[in-house]
Amino acid sequence: MRISKSPWLLHYDGSSCNGCDIEVLAATTPRFDVERFGIINTGNPKHADIFLCTGGVNSQNQDVIRQIYDQMPDPKVVLACGICACDGGIFKDCYNILGGTDTVIPVDVYVPGCAVRPEALIDGVVKALKLLDEKADKMKRGEYRSMTSAEYAEALKIKGQLAEAADTEEKDA
Amino acid sequence: MTVFSTAAVIIYLVFSPLIACLFSGVDRVVTARMQGRRGPKLMQPWYDLVKLFSKESTSVNDIQKILVMAHCFFAIFSGAIFFSGEDVLLVLFALTMAEVFLILAAYSVNAAYSELGAQRELLQMMAYEPMTLLTAVGFYLSTGSFKVEDIIGTDLPLIIKMPGFFIGFFFIMIVKLRKSPFDLSTSHHAHQELIKGLTGDLSGPVYGFSELAELYEEVLMLGIAALFFITSDPISYLWALIAIAVIMFCMSLIDNIFPRVKWEVLLKTAWLVTIFAGGANLVILSLLRK
Repeated sequence: MRISKSPWLLHYDGSSCNGCDIEVLAATTPRFDVERFGIINTGNPKHADIFLCTGGVNSQNQDVIRQIYDQMPDPKVVLACGICACDGGIFKDCYNILGGTDTVIPVDVYVPGCAVRPEALIDGVVKALKLLDEKADKMKRGEYRSMTSAEYAEALKIKGQLAEAADTEEKDA
Repeated sequence: MTVFSTAAVIIYLVFSPLIACLFSGVDRVVTARMQGRRGPKLMQPWYDLVKLFSKESTSVNDIQKILVMAHCFFAIFSGAIFFSGEDVLLVLFALTMAEVFLILAAYSVNAAYSELGAQRELLQMMAYEPMTLLTAVGFYLSTGSFKVEDIIGTDLPLIIKMPGFFIGFFFIMIVKLRKSPFDLSTSHHAHQELIKGLTGDLSGPVYGFSELAELYEEVLMLGIAALFFITSDPISYLWALIAIAVIMFCMSLIDNIFPRVKWEVLLKTAWLVTIFAGGANLVILSLLRK
C-alpha cells in the first residue's frame, strides 16, 4: 500500500495576501473536491504528510514555520504555493520579508502563480505524492531521514559562506 | 462459551477494522454525494489507517504510548466481551475504561489543545454515559438479564418494548461514533478551535492505535444497536443488518443537515433526551413488569 493513497495536508498562511489561501480552500470545495484523492485538510502538523505553505516568510513567522515542519513525522513533503511562497513574490523587497519558504525549510515542490490556481495546486500535490512515495520507500530501507529545520539552516549557512568565498576569489582574480 | 460465540469473537477480532473501515468509507462517500462531491474511494479509511502505521514513530513522552495502547486494548476487550455473549454492563464499563485511558493520554502531554480536547471528552462522557447505562437497564427490564446471549434469545425484537431507549441510544451513538457535534473532542474539521483536540498530540503509529480502537468501538456500538432487533429467529440478523444500514444513513443525514451543531447543544439536549425518551420508556417497562 502506497502512502500516496492517503495524503493529509496542512495549510499554513505565511504572509500572503490571502489570494492563494482562498484558492487552496477552493480546491477542497465540491467543484474541485480534493477528497477524491484521499486528501484531508488536517490542521494538525502531527497528522500531516504534506505541508502546504502560502505567502512569503517574514521575521515573525519564521519560527512558526520551522516548528510546524519539525513537528511533522517522516515521510513528509513541503509545497510552496504561489509565487510569494516560491521566492517572496511582490513582497520580496519588504523590510520584514526574508523570502520564499525555502529560506527556512527545505521545499520539495514549487507551485507558481498569483494567485495559484486550484488546478495547478492539485497538479503540484500529485507531483508531491510521487516524492512522498519515494521518500517512504527509502525510509523503509532505512536510507532516509528528512532534514530538521536546524540542519537546513546550517546547510544554508555553509552554502552562503561558500558563495561568499567564491565571490571574493573572483574579485581577487 | 459456545462454538457460536467463539466464532463471533474471532470474526470480531479479525474483521472489525475492515468492516468498520468499509462503514466509514460508505459514510464518507454518502456524505460527499450529499454535498454534491464525488468523494473518496470506498476503502479510504483503511488506506489512512495503514498509512498511519507506516509513518515515523514519534511520541511526546513514554507514558502516552502506553496509555494509548491500553485504550486500544480495552476497546477491543470490551467488544470481545460483548460478542462472546457476556454481560452488557461489563461491556459498557470496560468501554468507559478505554475512554478514560485515552483522556489520560491526552492529559499526559500537557499541551493546550490536548487538554481542551480531554476536557471536552469528559463533558461528552457526562452527557452520554447516563443513556448508555439506562439502555443496559432497559435490556434487563425487558429480558430479565444483562447477558447478551439472553438478550438476543427473546421472541419479539426488543425495539417494540424499548422504542424510547432506542431513540436515546441512537442520539448518543451520533456523539459516540464522533459524527456530530462538529466541534467534539476529536473533531476532524480543520476549521474548529480544537485542532483534533484529544488526539491532537498523537502522531504516526500511536495515532494509528487510537484510530484502530475507534474502529473496534464502532463495530461494538453498532452491535449494541443490533441488540434491539435480534431475536431467537435467525432471519432477525438480516433485519438487524438492514437496521444498522438505516441507522448509519440517518447519522450521515443528521450530520449533514446540522453540520454546525456546537457541543453546548449536546450538553443541553443529551440529558433531556435521556430523561424523556429513556426515562419514560423505563417507567412504562417497570410498570409492565409488576
